[in-house]
Amino acid sequence: MISYIGSFLILIALLNASLLVLARPIFSKISTDYDSLILSTSKLQFPLVLIAFICLIASFVNDDFSLRYISSNSNSALPFFYKISATWAGHEGSMLLWCLILSFWTFMASIYSKSLNIEFRTKFLSIMGFLNLGFLLFLVFTSNPFEKNISIPIDGKDLNPLLQDFGLIVHPPMLYMGYVGLSVVFSFAVTCLLQNDFKREWARWVRPWALISWSFLTLGIALGSWWAYYELGWGGWWFWDPVENASFMPWLVTTALIHSLITCEQKAMFKNWTILLSIIAFSLSLLGTFLVRSGILISVHSFANDPARGAFILLFLTIIVGGSLLIYFKNAPKIQDNISFDFFSRESFFLINNILLVTATFTILLGTIYPLLLDLLGLEKISVGVPYYNAVFLPIMTPLVLLAGYIPIMFSSKSKNKKYMISHLLLSFLIVILFTLFSIYFLDNYNISILLGIFIFIWISFNIIYDLIMKIYFSNIKKISFSNIGMMFAHLGLAVFILGATIVENNKVEKEVVIKIGDTIQVKDYTFEFKNISEYEGPNYQGIMAKFLVYENNNLLTELYPEKRIYASNNMPMTEAGIDPGLSRDLYITLGTLINDDVWSVRIYHKPLIRLIWLGALMMVFGGILSVLYKRKNLAFSR
Amino acid sequence: MKKRTLRIYYVSFILISLSIIFFLFIKTFNENLLFYRSPSQITVGEFPQDYIFRVGGVVLDGTLVKSKNSTNVKFAITDYEKVINISYNGILPDLFREGQGVVIRGKLGDDGVFYAEEVLAKHDETYMPPEISDSLKMKEKTIEDTTKSMNIYQ
Repeated sequence: MISYIGSFLILIALLNASLLVLARPIFSKISTDYDSLILSTSKLQFPLVLIAFICLIASFVNDDFSLRYISSNSNSALPFFYKISATWAGHEGSMLLWCLILSFWTFMASIYSKSLNIEFRTKFLSIMGFLNLGFLLFLVFTSNPFEKNISIPIDGKDLNPLLQDFGLIVHPPMLYMGYVGLSVVFSFAVTCLLQNDFKREWARWVRPWALISWSFLTLGIALGSWWAYYELGWGGWWFWDPVENASFMPWLVTTALIHSLITCEQKAMFKNWTILLSIIAFSLSLLGTFLVRSGILISVHSFANDPARGAFILLFLTIIVGGSLLIYFKNAPKIQDNISFDFFSRESFFLINNILLVTATFTILLGTIYPLLLDLLGLEKISVGVPYYNAVFLPIMTPLVLLAGYIPIMFSSKSKNKKYMISHLLLSFLIVILFTLFSIYFLDNYNISILLGIFIFIWISFNIIYDLIMKIYFSNIKKISFSNIGMMFAHLGLAVFILGATIVENNKVEKEVVIKIGDTIQVKDYTFEFKNISEYEGPNYQGIMAKFLVYENNNLLTELYPEKRIYASNNMPMTEAGIDPGLSRDLYITLGTLINDDVWSVRIYHKPLIRLIWLGALMMVFGGILSVLYKRKNLAFSR
Repeated sequence: MKKRTLRIYYVSFILISLSIIFFLFIKTFNENLLFYRSPSQITVGEFPQDYIFRVGGVVLDGTLVKSKNSTNVKFAITDYEKVINISYNGILPDLFREGQGVVIRGKLGDDGVFYAEEVLAKHDETYMPPEISDSLKMKEKTIEDTTKSMNIYQ
């Protein structure tokens, strides 16, 4: 019953979205009051899809196996919270989540766009409506979560055990908030093109949207990385997997975008470039969806190889990207850009930032798309190895992060005295070098890349802290805006991330050993004792749990319980890692296989500073949110 | 005049460094391409010599031999035409089983044994890596299996 309401509401939402799209072209000829129609339909979309989404959740909780989506993604023995999160664990439900978030952003855009002039506002909301319509059509015709089973099964197939986890509850919604948030920026950019103008006040309006999407993207990617770390049992945090790349590319372009928008807002420069970046950012997030959902890439994210879905997304992608680029090349030359600027200025460094970020995106795009193209043409089956990404991506990022450590500080002081700047630069460089050399004392192993990583960490954090102290003591504290502190936090987060990533990748210890119950093994300063192994009954699985005692200098530090689980519904074995987390290091054990009697193969990892990777990402997110909270001056909008 | 020669120097400097960067980029890209081969292709010598590449197939029933005191394993994979022996030192993925599709990254030794650096099994029980199902020419079998598993729930 509930599912019928959901089905019905989706159709109403589809009609509502069509109305939103068609209001302008059709009603403008009949009556002049199509504005209020656009404003109300753009707000109505969200409650419609939300209730439909709640209906789907309710059907999951009620074990309504008459729905095919539920019978193939849930099971009556599935714990309650996983029944809820299973709503967005499969393809159909995650597309409904996508539509829900898109309608949410449309709702927010409709509410917070009062300051835009009415013509701009209605055009902009109509474009958002067009996106809503496209995705709802996709949902209804290729992936309807409310589709019925021909005959009702007694019980469901169960959720993929890898996805029965807290990480899955939060990772997709956060990532989608980011992906779809970019639709606001995209629609805005296209509206600017249609209006042949991109005013500074508009840049000021759109920047918080870009920032909030960026924050959600950062959070979503970090959660995905954290989930892969503890759930996949390999102890890795980034694999340069095409699915990861699909989320990383829009992140890089959005990072470029939030920097170029500053220049748009303050100097009325890079307008066309910023519009292009907005289009690319959203296109890449659509491309990501296409790659992940079409079944072209095989991973835990892709569910079924349904060519109709791939074809539909590809068609939609072509219309969106092709259409917006066509408008771009037609109208962009009409937008007045202020192009004169000093070489030695903040703007030229923003330009370098953008060039580096876009180049990095291109190298990742090449590594992701090239194998797919070759395969599609039937020429060769290849994949691009991880060393490619490290060899290409890191050299591009190094100058970027070095600049991130200095440029914001250099131009935050109003003094344009070049002599002072150069002496300041040299002095801070020397101090940071000294700190870096001093840090060797704390390391038991170092090489050139570790030193570079530490240098970058100290370089960024030293300059930010120095700048903050100077501002607090030598100027009025009220002068530091939220957005400035947000920027500092985000850059500091970048530094923390770089430190964590460098140290863990260079100094990690990974042992794969064969161990007998009662035996011990030494990894770094820790002694691991394999105490016993026991079996237990989980809610929907059979568990085998090992007990390890961990000693540090002969003192018992902790007990770790790595597990093997065999899920009843599909007989799939799963590894649950035993992790002792810590800011300075993680200890990580996973059970391998039974070799004989009481001998097991196990992985024992020592991961120094790995938590800094996610801590850094959280700091970036926090910085992004702080910048959004920054109270904007009310500039009068020209109407 | 002097300014102009200076400009020429600048431009040529930028062009030369850009082409060096581009050259290094292409070189890195080419060196890190991992080719995929089926056991049949390997037996006729169609594989990159001295390079790491990937091979895929179904683990042949009864070939899995585990060492009693280390993580060494030996097994054979097949595309139902030819067989390749695999040697691997490490922990096999959870979903590794005889009779299932795997993709393996590594190098072919002079002894004809493929020395694996990484063994990948599928993510869930209904999925077959596309490379394998293509090279196996066993699409009908997969379709059969899928319809069978669907019938249970219909």
